[in-house]
Amino acid sequence: MIDFAFLAEAFRTLVPGLPLTFQLASLSLALGAVLSVLFGVFATIGGTVVSRVVAFYVFCIRGTPLLVQIFIVYYGMGQFRPFLQDWGVWLIFREPFWCAIIALTVNTAAYGSEIVRGGLKSVPAGQIEAAKACGMSGMLLYRRIILPIAFRQALPGYSNEIVLMIKATSLASIITMMEVTGLAAKLISETFRAFEVFIVAGGIYLVINFLIAQAIGRIEYWLSPHLRDMPTAEPNNA
Amino acid sequence: MRDNRQAEPSGKARPVISISDLRKKFGGLEVLKGISLAANQGEVITILGSSGSGKSTMLRCVNMLEVPTSGTIAIDGEVIEMRSTRQGIQPASRKQVDRIRSKAAMVFQSFNLWSHMTVLENVIEAPVHVQKRPRQECIAEAEMLLAKVGLSAKKESYPRHLSGGQQQRAAIARALAQKPSVLLFDEPTSALDPELVGEVLKVMRELADEGRTMLIVTHEIAFAREVSNRIVFLDGGRIEASGTPAELFAAGANERFSRFVSRSN
Repeated sequence: MIDFAFLAEAFRTLVPGLPLTFQLASLSLALGAVLSVLFGVFATIGGTVVSRVVAFYVFCIRGTPLLVQIFIVYYGMGQFRPFLQDWGVWLIFREPFWCAIIALTVNTAAYGSEIVRGGLKSVPAGQIEAAKACGMSGMLLYRRIILPIAFRQALPGYSNEIVLMIKATSLASIITMMEVTGLAAKLISETFRAFEVFIVAGGIYLVINFLIAQAIGRIEYWLSPHLRDMPTAEPNNA
Repeated sequence: MRDNRQAEPSGKARPVISISDLRKKFGGLEVLKGISLAANQGEVITILGSSGSGKSTMLRCVNMLEVPTSGTIAIDGEVIEMRSTRQGIQPASRKQVDRIRSKAAMVFQSFNLWSHMTVLENVIEAPVHVQKRPRQECIAEAEMLLAKVGLSAKKESYPRHLSGGQQQRAAIARALAQKPSVLLFDEPTSALDPELVGEVLKVMRELADEGRTMLIVTHEIAFAREVSNRIVFLDGGRIEASGTPAELFAAGANERFSRFVSRSN
């Protein structure tokens, strides 16, 4: 009934897509994280105009499907080729890889900025005041007090965003990216065995996200000794 | 006997803190209606008054956590420079405010220890990162301060794992680590369970005995009477009465103060 030989073959076919899946996810998450912090901070302290611009950006990105956003970047921007060439950015928009990175980054930055904003809002006002009262302000206040507390608050929410982004990379297969899902679609067109191939593809994403959840769980634990119960005894040496 | 009311700026004894004609409005509500006060080196001044009398606001104006509507504040003879903006006056220099805040350490009603740092990290934070003193020196000093407030055993604990009294003592150690010219206490025992008040007052009494300059907003009248060089009684945003505890508690010294005291007991 279950063709293990074929499952193994499907697995061997899809694994070469992993590096591209990881590249798409890690690059867009890294760029997106930087933008998330910037937008999140702008939305919090940027005054009315700036925070409204950020809010509008978040509104547009959250309210539209990622697939549509990818299509706009990949197919839509081609219409403006002369302009893009003049600005010297056509090289980027010509490549499906970079189109996927742009769409994924813009998307995760919108969700991420909301997570960061929530984290910043959750920093107790009293602790900020105590920092000001001892002479901290500006970057020092952010670096030492506000961001470390906000980061700890935001991490659980952000881990969810990381998992979503791993899965979102599969949409890049629609614009010819041969990552795990792209290879799966190709294999199906050769074998017509959609069930087995997608089960294997799904299993691969499941394992990746399991490992990521574990890793973030460890980081959270490591960063939150202040939230745990007091150690009741000395660490056991037994 | 010292008469601290003579401690107004006379040219000889330069006050550590001097507040003159301090006013603060919140919208249309004038909370402080012209407060003038000076604290000399080593003086312990307690500010008493019922809720809403403006005593916390006054204290928070000293280090610009609350920006006054008008008036001047000087610490160690340095006047905090203000400039006019459309929203009223604002401190002219963020740098100067930071420097002055570093010299006027504050202890808060709700402790406000940084929750993600251990007690020791809380204490060395300002010396290391604001005052840029050598870390090892700050740690050694922090350990002395924690011993002084009776928290040596808790230096690696996080604030969440401490009782309210312990947190407030840690906050006092944190304030002392700044080597401040003056300590500002904003109702330091008001958030504590009754049985924990004593341990905090004990530490504060020791600091007063050391000759530290302190400005204390409190509801602990007995404590104020015992440790203060001078008591300032605020009523409706004005200084209604001011003097040594002996003077103020003398029968018939000030009717409103007497009524306040009898109400509070």
